[in-house]
Amino acid sequence: MATTETKMTAAQASKQAENRRRYLLYAVLLALALVAPLVAYPVFLMKILCFALFACAFNLLLGYAGLLSFGHAAFLATGGYMTGFLLSNYSITPEVGIITGTLAATVLGTFFGILSIRRQGIYFAMITLALAQMIFFMYLQADFTGGEDGLQGVPRGHLFGIFDLSNNLIMYYFVLAVFLFGFLLIQRTVHSPFGQVLKAIRENEPRAISLGYNTDIYKLVAFVLSAALAGLAGSTKTVVFQLASLGDAHWHMSGEIILMTLVGGVGTLFGPVLGATFVLTLEHQLSQSFLGDWVDVILGVIFVVVVLTFRAGIVGEIQKFMKKNFK
Amino acid sequence: MTMIFGVPAAAFYGQLLLGLINGAFYALLSLGLAVIFGLLKIINFAHGAQYMLGAFAAYLLLETLGINYWVALFLAPIIVGAFGVVIERFLLRRITHIDHIYGLLLTFGLALVIQGTFTNWFGVSGSRYPVPEALQGGINLGFMYLPIYRAWIVAVALVVCFAVWFLIEKTKLGGYLRAGTENSALMQAFGVNVPLLVTLTYGFGVGLAALGGVLAAPVYSVSPDMGSNLLIVVFAVVVIGGMGSIVGAILTGLMMGIVEGLTKVYYPEASSVVIFLVMIIVLLVRPSGLFGKGT
Repeated sequence: MATTETKMTAAQASKQAENRRRYLLYAVLLALALVAPLVAYPVFLMKILCFALFACAFNLLLGYAGLLSFGHAAFLATGGYMTGFLLSNYSITPEVGIITGTLAATVLGTFFGILSIRRQGIYFAMITLALAQMIFFMYLQADFTGGEDGLQGVPRGHLFGIFDLSNNLIMYYFVLAVFLFGFLLIQRTVHSPFGQVLKAIRENEPRAISLGYNTDIYKLVAFVLSAALAGLAGSTKTVVFQLASLGDAHWHMSGEIILMTLVGGVGTLFGPVLGATFVLTLEHQLSQSFLGDWVDVILGVIFVVVVLTFRAGIVGEIQKFMKKNFK
Repeated sequence: MTMIFGVPAAAFYGQLLLGLINGAFYALLSLGLAVIFGLLKIINFAHGAQYMLGAFAAYLLLETLGINYWVALFLAPIIVGAFGVVIERFLLRRITHIDHIYGLLLTFGLALVIQGTFTNWFGVSGSRYPVPEALQGGINLGFMYLPIYRAWIVAVALVVCFAVWFLIEKTKLGGYLRAGTENSALMQAFGVNVPLLVTLTYGFGVGLAALGGVLAAPVYSVSPDMGSNLLIVVFAVVVIGGMGSIVGAILTGLMMGIVEGLTKVYYPEASSVVIFLVMIIVLLVRPSGLFGKGT
């Protein structure tokens, strides 16, 4: 009896120590994010934050529900176009534009979700890809998107009518706040009972069904949440770059976000953030070097190499290594 | 002038023929996807890129070696198919034991590499490939003008589709293939060299895509991105038809081409999205696809 008690307290103590280490890590990362714009170019950092949020949203679906969406570009673009259109044509404040853009992506996500969860696995990927391509063609022909030119010169405006977002530093802290909101929402979702059911579905869906869970509802909610956050990322990105363009709706974008998540580590919280940082930095460096024309080829090679040898991603491999050596 | 539902007959039949040609390509490509999926259980995302490779192989054979269309029609699928064999042997085989979604991701990466490389070599603007002399010109059928090469595409595609159906459903080799689709471990136990069968199947499916590319070269411009948009439409076709049957893949492909052609006549704005709309309706009414069995 006494031994089990001491064992339990030992386990609790190690758990507490782990939690302490984790909070310390969070604090260090937050401090880094707060001082980053003082040393690095804020617009590039904001790009990273937007794509990190986008990748985290995508990862919620692939990493925790086991659903590979090949159509997430549609949500990024929908958020972006809606926000860009509203801010260009009506005198509203940016946060209203971003919220409306996010809502538009949520509605589209509900529609995509209802259709695509009717099939599984590879079919799910093909359906989301086809639906996103349909949206791409619609945005190509629609008037409010500006066709091939996209929406340019979207005004950043004043946040809540007070803070002038044309100042890059203020804009950065706003984007950081948006990112943290999305990230913490995902973190809470993953660790909630809802997130546990999602993981159960990912591991063995028939079993989850036999335990009495209506798995379709769970998958749909995860899909809609993921789409909404992808839309939030798109809306925010439009405000940052004052631009919404067709490139955001292209299948290439859906592929890129998969690569970011895969490189960083599918099913890990920080993986997508790291993956987005890695891929964007690489693209940035390559575009300025003699390899500028070969970015696509290099991304493709990374795809192949990661799938063949590095499937857990950067964070996943680090976790494996830590488990093996420091347990 | 004869009118059909308020449209001049010539325009109607013209678009119907164009639709049938597109349908022939959809059928060829979805057939290749279905053959590969049957045995390997992966969706070959590089299929569009391999279709493009077929067109470029024909183009380069003509430009550099002066090899004509008729030889290229056989040679290009063999060259690109051999490339497929290499891909299967050295890349896809390494990931057969893990989730098949990784096969999709790996072939997506390959598609980026192939398409990116050709874009750098040849630029985005397409190159022209001449229609072979024997197939130039057209016939006046009275109700419409029929360009011979376009009729040729439909005829070849139909013959090839029938041959593949015959090979798979009626021959011993096809029997192996179908048995492997059902239970490859048992096949291996019976002494059939399953890994070899898998490699050859992938090469064959890739070769079919390349054949489509050679057929397309004289009618569409030969460009690096000719396959990528086509492939996404073919994915929708596959979802509509379901990958359960060979006949289903062929029929759905032809049917969707015709639907697209008719939409161009009556409501051209929707022609680029109509196949996706059909997919949505099928998903709502019959999620497993027109010819599919279960999910």
